Amino acid sequence: MAEMDTSGGGGHKKGPGVKKGKKLSTRVDLTPMVDLGFLLITFFIFTTTMSQPTAMRLFLPKDTDKPEEQNKVKASGALTLLLGKNDRVFYYEGELAPDGSNFKSATFKEIRDVIINKKKSTDPKDFVVVIKPDAESTYKNAVDVLDEMTINDVKRYAMVEIFPVENQLIAATQGGK
Amino acid sequence: MPKVKIARKSTPVDMTAMCDVAFLLLSFFILTTKFKPSEALAVVTPNSVSNKVAPQNDAVLITIDKDGKVYLSISDENKAEKQALLEEINTSKNLGLSANEIANFLKASSYIGVPFAKLKGYLQLSQDQIKKMKLEGIPVLDTTNNQLIEWMRAAVKAFQGTKMNLLVKGDNASKYPAFQGVINSFKKNDQMKFSMITNPEGVPPGTELYRKNMSKAASADAEAE
Repeated sequence: MAEMDTSGGGGHKKGPGVKKGKKLSTRVDLTPMVDLGFLLITFFIFTTTMSQPTAMRLFLPKDTDKPEEQNKVKASGALTLLLGKNDRVFYYEGELAPDGSNFKSATFKEIRDVIINKKKSTDPKDFVVVIKPDAESTYKNAVDVLDEMTINDVKRYAMVEIFPVENQLIAATQGGK
Repeated sequence: MPKVKIARKSTPVDMTAMCDVAFLLLSFFILTTKFKPSEALAVVTPNSVSNKVAPQNDAVLITIDKDGKVYLSISDENKAEKQALLEEINTSKNLGLSANEIANFLKASSYIGVPFAKLKGYLQLSQDQIKKMKLEGIPVLDTTNNQLIEWMRAAVKAFQGTKMNLLVKGDNASKYPAFQGVINSFKKNDQMKFSMITNPEGVPPGTELYRKNMSKAASADAEAE
C-alpha cells in the first residue's frame, strides 16, 4: 500500500520494520539561562547608581564696609559655633566672655540640641548663628553645620573668619585633652 | 521474586517562570542603570538633607580633593565657554598658549590643576599623563596669590549672558582653608550664589525641617483630594 505515514507517530502503531522517528522534546533546559540572567542582574545591581548627587545652595553675603549696609546683630541673640579639628564643635552664646567662661565644647551630635535650645530661648528676630571654622576643621564639618542650619530651620546664619582669641581657646581646650 | 521496581521520577522544575522573572529584572536594571561618568578626580562628597538635583549643564565645577588641592573644570557641553575661558586667561596672563594647547583643554572631562606658570606645559600633556602626574592644584590658600580669583573672573566673562552654575565639590577630608579660598574667589567676583555637591541623606525625624516636610506633604495630600 503506497500510503505515506503523515501522522507524528502518536496515533496508531506502525508496522514492524518501520523506523520510529525519535520523538524530540521541545523542552529546553532553562537552568543555564536563568543562571546567566541572575549573574547579569547582580552585575547591574552593583554598578547602578540609584542616587543622584544633590546640590546644596549657599548664598554668600556681600562684604561691605559701609555700616548702613551691614546687618546688625544683637549680641544676645547670637550663637557662635566654632569648628575645631577631629570633628569637635565649640560654641558660645552672645559675646565671648573675656575669661572664656561661656566657651563650651560639644560634638556634632550634641550641637543640634544646642541650636534648638538657643532658638527657643531667643526672639526669632535676633536669632543668628555665626559659623567660624578654624584651619583644622574639614570641609565635611562645614557642610554638616550648614546642613544643621537647614535641618533646624535657622533663617539667618553666616560663615565668618575665626578670631585669634577663639583660636587660642580652641587650642587650649584641645591641648588639655 | 522480582523486586518491585519503583519508578524513579526525576523532578524537572519548570524554569520558564523563573527565567521570565530573571530577565524582567535584568531589563529593568539595564534600563535604569546610569553608569557613573568616569571621574578623573576621586572625591568623596559629604551628605546633606538637600534634595535638589545637582545641575549638569552650564556648570563651572571647583573640585577640592582630600589634600586641599583645587581643580577647575567646565561641563563638556560648554565647549565655546571653555575656549573663551582659556583664551581670556591666555591674554590676561600672557601665557602664549598655542591653538593646539587650547584644543587640548576642549577635550571631554579635562580639568585644570596647576598654577599659571605651569599651565603651558600642563596643556601639552595627554589626559593619561595628567592622571599619572601629581598635580599641585590651583593656588588658593595665599590671599595675595589666589589664582582662582583670576580663573573665576575669566569664567564669569566666558559665561556672559548665560546662567552659570557654580558648583563646589569638596572631599570630606579636605581642610577648611581651601574651601575658604574658593569662597573668597567667588566673593571677589560677586558670585554670591553657589551650590555644593553632596550625597542625599534622610532628614532626621523630630527636627524642624522634618515637621515642615511632613506638613507640606500633608497639605499636598489634602489638595489632591
